[in-house]
Amino acid sequence: MPNYSFRTKVVGAVIVAASAMVAAQQPAPQPPAQPQTQTSVGVIISDSAGAQVRLAVPDLLALSADRETVEAARTIGQVLWDDLHYEREFYMIPRDTYKSIPPAASIGTVPYERWRELGADGVVIGTVQKVATGIKVELRLYNVKAQQSIYGREYTGAAANPRLYAHTMSDELHESQRSMRGVARTKLTFSSDRNREAVLGTVEKREVKEVYVADYDGANPRRITINRALNVFPNWSPDGRSIVYTSYRTGAPDILISNIYAGTMETPSKGSGQNWLPVFSPDGTKIAFTSNRDGNPEIYVMDRDGSDVRRLTNNPEIDSTPTWSPSGTQIAFASGRSGTPQIYVIGVDGAGIRRISQESYADRPTWSPAPYNEIAFSARTGPGFDIKILTIATGETRQITFGEGTNESPAWSPNGRHLAFMSTRAGRSQIFTVDRDGRNLRQITREGNNQTPNWSQ
Amino acid sequence: MKKTQSLVILIVLLAVVIAACNKGNKPPVARPMPPPAVDPAGTSTGGPPPPPKPVMEPVIVPPMPAEDTIGSKTLDDLNRDSPLRPLYFELDSSDVSAEGQQVLQANAAVLKKYPGMQVTIEGHCDERGTAEYNLALGERRALAAKTYLVSLGISADKVKTVSYGKEFPFDAGHDDAAWKQNRRAHFVITAK
Repeated sequence: MPNYSFRTKVVGAVIVAASAMVAAQQPAPQPPAQPQTQTSVGVIISDSAGAQVRLAVPDLLALSADRETVEAARTIGQVLWDDLHYEREFYMIPRDTYKSIPPAASIGTVPYERWRELGADGVVIGTVQKVATGIKVELRLYNVKAQQSIYGREYTGAAANPRLYAHTMSDELHESQRSMRGVARTKLTFSSDRNREAVLGTVEKREVKEVYVADYDGANPRRITINRALNVFPNWSPDGRSIVYTSYRTGAPDILISNIYAGTMETPSKGSGQNWLPVFSPDGTKIAFTSNRDGNPEIYVMDRDGSDVRRLTNNPEIDSTPTWSPSGTQIAFASGRSGTPQIYVIGVDGAGIRRISQESYADRPTWSPAPYNEIAFSARTGPGFDIKILTIATGETRQITFGEGTNESPAWSPNGRHLAFMSTRAGRSQIFTVDRDGRNLRQITREGNNQTPNWSQ
Repeated sequence: MKKTQSLVILIVLLAVVIAACNKGNKPPVARPMPPPAVDPAGTSTGGPPPPPKPVMEPVIVPPMPAEDTIGSKTLDDLNRDSPLRPLYFELDSSDVSAEGQQVLQANAAVLKKYPGMQVTIEGHCDERGTAEYNLALGERRALAAKTYLVSLGISADKVKTVSYGKEFPFDAGHDDAAWKQNRRAHFVITAK
């Protein structure tokens, strides 16, 4: 019999919010309730020293036979496996190797011998049950060797997006087992022409690009803008409730903020010149951007409401594409002041400018979250671009894509372990993610052309 | 002797030709004839009747183009076949070439001829720059064209600029010819 003495019994409530992602009138998503009790949690270590912990995630057990519950049980098992696999903290045993192991008759009866034969150190067993409010999902991580449950979670909520239960469990497992922040509940925003609508008022055939959001794995894509114009370079606010982007809604590039759960918009630059490439500061109170308001592309910073505009650069060549340091005290940007576009760093007070890249052409610097202190950027490596990462302390640069199509517009995941970027390696422009070491490449979008991704916090 | 023979043959031939011309009056001389050539049109008396002539309306000839082709066109038609030509740029450059200056001089002449005309100069770039930096480069290309027009006496408030970077390429290809097409300052007439 399993020993429950180490099990954390936590009841959380997940209000499934995926369907609320976009539409104005829909309620804001609520994060799962914090654990109400916190007791000691077991951590699985591998049987063989130094090796990765081997985990199995079979299909969950559907406790009611209706289609929705059965579907949720299957989806949650697969998505949880994918989420855990993505961070590469555990060795995930391929799911087709344990199809023959019979499902547990209940969440408490685990055929440990079968899992031990498979070489699993841990196995996640779960159940899905239809309840009045939607579904109840119970998940437990069992230590196969010790034959006990060491971690458990119970969630209730709507059945509309079962993936969210898996994402939540994945993030919590990474937190409890590895003290790290997973990205399973984060989202990507990007610009896409998948609607294939034509821009109004031009004789050339031009397709609109609208801002979209999707889960980090590309599921649940939702359209954010509906203005039938060019909408590019979206950037998340730190609280994940707003997206600031460059919109040609009025014919010329300007900064728009969409508050995606409130359904409201803000135009902070209030008609001063043309403004593009806005990025929120790490605390969300300021926006850095590029503007020609003084006659030439320069870097500016303003408060989120458009007040207190300050110009940071003053050079007759192009200054463009700002990114904030994690502390919010410095800004990296691209400048053509030395002849070709290169990456520079400047204090938010406009002092201490220095060049940090030595490329033939470098743009879209994007500063990593702590603790890495690196800047990823697009570097011209041939006819196209590749993604490179520069370590600021040493000035060393490493390349993580290698000439398959063009690779541009890198954006860090909030835990600094992954990058989203645009690549033409599959033909059209698509969003991909890759780990900081260049491994674990995933194609995220497939519909239409997709570009300029940004990763939510 | 020989001369006389030739003369006789000539006279006989003439007589035959004249006889042929006066078919109606004189019966032809009976002699073996080659079979009649096949008449492809079937117009000979024995063949099928000729096909009917096609029914045709008279073709309406448009009047000669008026002196003012611009005043009579809609803005869309005007922009589809614009009197204002684009100018092209080198890779990563916003410098107006000598050829570009000639284009702008011609465009300035059109703008002077039609004082009500307002234009937007769109700056475009090829895909060999990044999406981000190309917005600034396209802006500088459009601005360079505008600055030259203003130096030719065109009022600055008639000319707007906007950069589309590499978002709206004119040629979707991925070769030198496409890239050349896409590095341009493109004129759009917004009022006439």
